[in-house]
Amino acid sequence: MWSRQRGGLKPLRCGVEQLRCRRREREAALRKARREQQLVSKRLLRDEALEEAEEGCVAMIFGEAEIQQFLRLAQRGTEEKEREGALVSLRRGLQCPETQQTFIRLEGSIRTLVGLLTSNQALLQLEAARCLHELSHSEQSAVVEACLPATSYLLTYLSGHSSDFIELCLYTLGNLIVESEAVRRQLLPQGIVPALAACIQSPHLTVLEALGYALSQLLQAKEAPEKIIPSVLGSTLPQHMLQLLQPGPKLNLGVAVEFAWCLHYIICSQVNNALLITQGALSTLGLLLLDLAGAVQRTEDAGLELLACPVLRCLSNLLTEAAAEAVGGQLQLRDERVVAALFILLQFLLQKQPSLLPEGLWLLNNLTANSPSFCTSLLSLDLIEPLLHLLSVSNVVLTVLCNVAEKGPAYCQRLWPGPLLSSLLDTLAFSDTEVVGQSLELLQLLFLYQPGAAQAFLQQSGLQALQRHEEVAQLQDRVHALQQTALHG
Amino acid sequence: MQLPPALHARLAGAPGSAEPLPVERDPAAGTTPFSFAPRLVRFPREHDFFEDGDVQRHLYLQDVLTQVGGAPERPRRPSARVPEFTCQVAGCCQVFDALEDYEHHYHALHRNVCSFCKRAFPSGHLLDTHILEWHDSLFQILAERQDMYQCLVEGCTEKFRTSRDRKEHLVMRHLYPADFRFDKPRRSRGQDFAVDSRIIWRTDFSMGDFYKALSISPAVPGAAEQVLAEALGDDRAPSEGDAMEVCSEHVEPSPEPAGERRAYSHRIPSTICFGQGASRGFKSAKKRNKHQ
Repeated sequence: MWSRQRGGLKPLRCGVEQLRCRRREREAALRKARREQQLVSKRLLRDEALEEAEEGCVAMIFGEAEIQQFLRLAQRGTEEKEREGALVSLRRGLQCPETQQTFIRLEGSIRTLVGLLTSNQALLQLEAARCLHELSHSEQSAVVEACLPATSYLLTYLSGHSSDFIELCLYTLGNLIVESEAVRRQLLPQGIVPALAACIQSPHLTVLEALGYALSQLLQAKEAPEKIIPSVLGSTLPQHMLQLLQPGPKLNLGVAVEFAWCLHYIICSQVNNALLITQGALSTLGLLLLDLAGAVQRTEDAGLELLACPVLRCLSNLLTEAAAEAVGGQLQLRDERVVAALFILLQFLLQKQPSLLPEGLWLLNNLTANSPSFCTSLLSLDLIEPLLHLLSVSNVVLTVLCNVAEKGPAYCQRLWPGPLLSSLLDTLAFSDTEVVGQSLELLQLLFLYQPGAAQAFLQQSGLQALQRHEEVAQLQDRVHALQQTALHG
Repeated sequence: MQLPPALHARLAGAPGSAEPLPVERDPAAGTTPFSFAPRLVRFPREHDFFEDGDVQRHLYLQDVLTQVGGAPERPRRPSARVPEFTCQVAGCCQVFDALEDYEHHYHALHRNVCSFCKRAFPSGHLLDTHILEWHDSLFQILAERQDMYQCLVEGCTEKFRTSRDRKEHLVMRHLYPADFRFDKPRRSRGQDFAVDSRIIWRTDFSMGDFYKALSISPAVPGAAEQVLAEALGDDRAPSEGDAMEVCSEHVEPSPEPAGERRAYSHRIPSTICFGQGASRGFKSAKKRNKHQ
């Protein structure tokens, strides 16, 4: 029936170069949209198999008269098949923006469609819902907002049982949600949050994924931190979300991706993260991280980075909460497997999605900053050298090394000797003041806590490396201090 | 980036960690001109740091990226065409040639059906509310003294004295349409009793049969007539104005003199058939009177 066709364009229709070009264009458009804080994406559910079965009719542009005829037939036709057929034709027409415009301008059209949506003919309901779905996906605000009279019914149907129908309603709602604040101002009092909270108990994976999508759209809204997230946190949604993120045989990747993003939007809004922590968010996410690291080793699965990204973000942000300290003792978050998992993921990201490496390193910083335990894990698991490999990616690597070194001689001892010195000499050759500054901080700690470090530094022409920066304003004082220490102890 | 070979084994191993090394800080560390101190870093929603990941997320939403998980993970139900079959629910003759179509039909029309009056509802919640408000005599008694009409929006705990008050609340507070199809007031005409549905489907029963069928005796003498009239009449089938359920044919509402919108016709939906020999449609008491 209405199963989702994913995977982008069919190779028959577009060459590889065209695909790449399209992707670059899309990406540029999205970056621009994000900078303008207008990042909005809708999903379109279309069953291509169904469309092929309908014998390759191309979406047509229909005029008023034709639309009226379809509606009349759908409403008052005597033969069921006839009525259904009329709506199917209408739906195909509504794939065209022109037909959409004509449709919404026709008096009574939406009213009729809503009537069909709530009729007692199940198949008419479905087709009417598909028509609404096409409208909801439009780029024209007027077309999307024409769907508003249907929302109370879409929400009512979320408590039903027909999984395909509910899935469709959810994707439609998700598209409506992102359209504008005006739409959300209607949906919220209509009870969208309780409706979603009831619906999340569905056993159907397709429904759950659709729900996660709709919820993520709701949570991404600009006004979400003030107007939406508090009521979401007050509902049973967070507990169910966390349950759906529990690793294990029941974990479904598509569902997990959606709810991980939902959690990210909630957490980075900083409304009440302490509540999430008491509900076990840190624990669940930690276990999920471990699971992800296992998964990336096992399969060449496309898309694991789509789950890794929000998980890394959620963990990193949650670790900054005071409440995290309090529960730290009980959790996996003392478990060195977390560090092992993170590095396995970093390696994976290096190949699959290097742009996400800074996010992984951010988590590493938050793990090691105030934790002797995790700093020790980094050392005992021999991860310093792999870490140094990422120096060119981000200077957070240096920050992490400083996190380790500042804990004292026992730590610096384990950092030395090894590739660290030569790496530092390399970074001192950079012109980036930030990078050099961090390197200087690390050097101070090493000179302080590790006897012999200064000597070795001198022997490797460290002084010359420092000299380059003697005149740089932000670096001078530190350079001189190090020079003094190296020469005079 | 080469990872130590033991790392993967460690991941698969037991939870736990080595004893942390002793921390011993020198006060000189991080003092001027140096400034390092370990710091937890947090990023708020709109921070540029998130740009790359957000863009990836949206490329995925727009289907430009490949779907998550390989084929086995993606739950997908085939659109199976099967030899024609009929809905097995008593009284329904709908025919199908695809299982998914049947699933939706069943859930929409047969899943949440009131066993008293056979109306179908889109959800269990609405069905429960309907039974309470239409078929529970205790409800009627209590409603005389306290607010019993519950708001239909899940999560809203408000209760109202009358169904009209509730409707007003739905419109004002919850921005529901004034003609929300799942909230039509029941025309209060005395008690509505539970009736054995088998008797009612026949068009030729007598009052004697009716009394035998009643599971509750009428509390008010003479109410049997009224109940019968109601039972046979408009209340028996989804009909104008008073149905709080999935409506039958939806017709464009025509302006009514009383200003009340009659959105439903008297016709029994074609999907319901009443067995051999039965005429399609009831002769309602109301109509009968009109014709006489």
